[in-house]
Amino acid sequence: MLNGYGSSILDGAWLTLFLALTSMAVAIVLGLIGAACRLSPVRWLSVLGEAYSTVIRGIPDLVLILLIFYGGQDLVNRVMPMLGYDEYIDINPFVAGVFTMGFIFGAYLSETFRGAFMAIPKGQAEAGAAYGMSGLQVFLRILVPQMIRFAIPGFTNNWLVLTKATALISVVGLQDMMFKAKSAADATREPFTFYLAVAGLYLLITSVSLLALRYLEKRYSVGTKAAEL
Amino acid sequence: MIFDYTVIWDSLPLYLGGVLVTIKLLAIALFFGLLVAVPLALMRTSRSPWINGPAWLYTYVIRGTPMLVQLFLVYYGLAQFEAVRESVLWPYLSNATFCACLAFAINTSAYSAEILAGSLKATPHGEIEAAKAMGMSRAKLYRRILLPSALRRALPQYSNEVIMMLHTTSLASIVTLIDITGAARTVSSQYYLPFEAFITAGLFYLCLTFVLVRLFKLAERRWLAYLAPRRS
Repeated sequence: MLNGYGSSILDGAWLTLFLALTSMAVAIVLGLIGAACRLSPVRWLSVLGEAYSTVIRGIPDLVLILLIFYGGQDLVNRVMPMLGYDEYIDINPFVAGVFTMGFIFGAYLSETFRGAFMAIPKGQAEAGAAYGMSGLQVFLRILVPQMIRFAIPGFTNNWLVLTKATALISVVGLQDMMFKAKSAADATREPFTFYLAVAGLYLLITSVSLLALRYLEKRYSVGTKAAEL
Repeated sequence: MIFDYTVIWDSLPLYLGGVLVTIKLLAIALFFGLLVAVPLALMRTSRSPWINGPAWLYTYVIRGTPMLVQLFLVYYGLAQFEAVRESVLWPYLSNATFCACLAFAINTSAYSAEILAGSLKATPHGEIEAAKAMGMSRAKLYRRILLPSALRRALPQYSNEVIMMLHTTSLASIVTLIDITGAARTVSSQYYLPFEAFITAGLFYLCLTFVLVRLFKLAERRWLAYLAPRRS
């Protein structure tokens, strides 16, 4: 299939999917921390959370990727000799990609999570406290399940943008499906065929994600009424 | 000192040229994107599947694939076909600026169309009924009531799309254009100072983002004042 490049592109597709999933895991952790910071009554924490989400969301993904990948590597190699470590440090593109994407989308998710936490009526947490639940119990049993319900639409959007943004990691040399398609296109001089195939694969990933997340949204909305016009 | 900013200071003209290229790409893409988005949005609100379907497919495919793939399909992909290489359009299609603008305009048209369609569908029925009661024809209804009202109400969401588009223009540097990111890449490879080069690019984008946010705030105050929460 595809002049024998089909299997190579499929390998790349798995890497793309794996990169997107691991980055999302990092982003969820950073997003929760960011949302907690922004909602915290401690002033410097909320300022820090706001600075994180504003600065990251104000700079293009590509610039951040180039900055963290090339700039970060350069900086590490400038700082490490000062600490007495002389070997050149080469950062693995996959690890760098996961942390870069996680760091960028953590900022977007912190906004999604913050909005979702704020959408929960105050009475819910108060009722939990009235039942004698501890702070952690209120958070885990009352707030988080409802937060997920409110966060799913925004999360779906963030996930789709992240999946598509992983294509940019190919620019710094990670052999994802975009990179594989470019190699195949250069070798065969049939760029349209290969980029179209890759476009189809991305469309497949986004379509399946959309269906899965729509199902999840339905599950988490059990028991809520939607107003009908 | 581990940072070297003298080189960045000397390369400032390169960055400023990059800012102009970025703004030019953004303006062209937004203009043509919105021009295509309006009819697409009207198609998306149609109840006939023959009209709605093609517009839905277009926005779905464009929004479901990465911008980088779309850009490569236009810039590298089209050259695969001899018919394209021999056509009168070839001088344009082999030009990186033209291809970048075309790809960006296609991309933003899909997102803007969906924003606008959502806004059109959210038109209060009272406005439409009132227009019909005044005896307006369908064309007049769209021209005088539906579109002006929907375009205004789409402003807050459209401002997000414009900022996303500003960030998307950074991909132009991948097809050899010297926009802000392109300038940073040039500086980075010439002097091997990637950290300083890309931080500077980031600052330029941050400034442009703030300017755009500010402009849209002003636009909202001008055109959406009637929807603002009342001051007590």
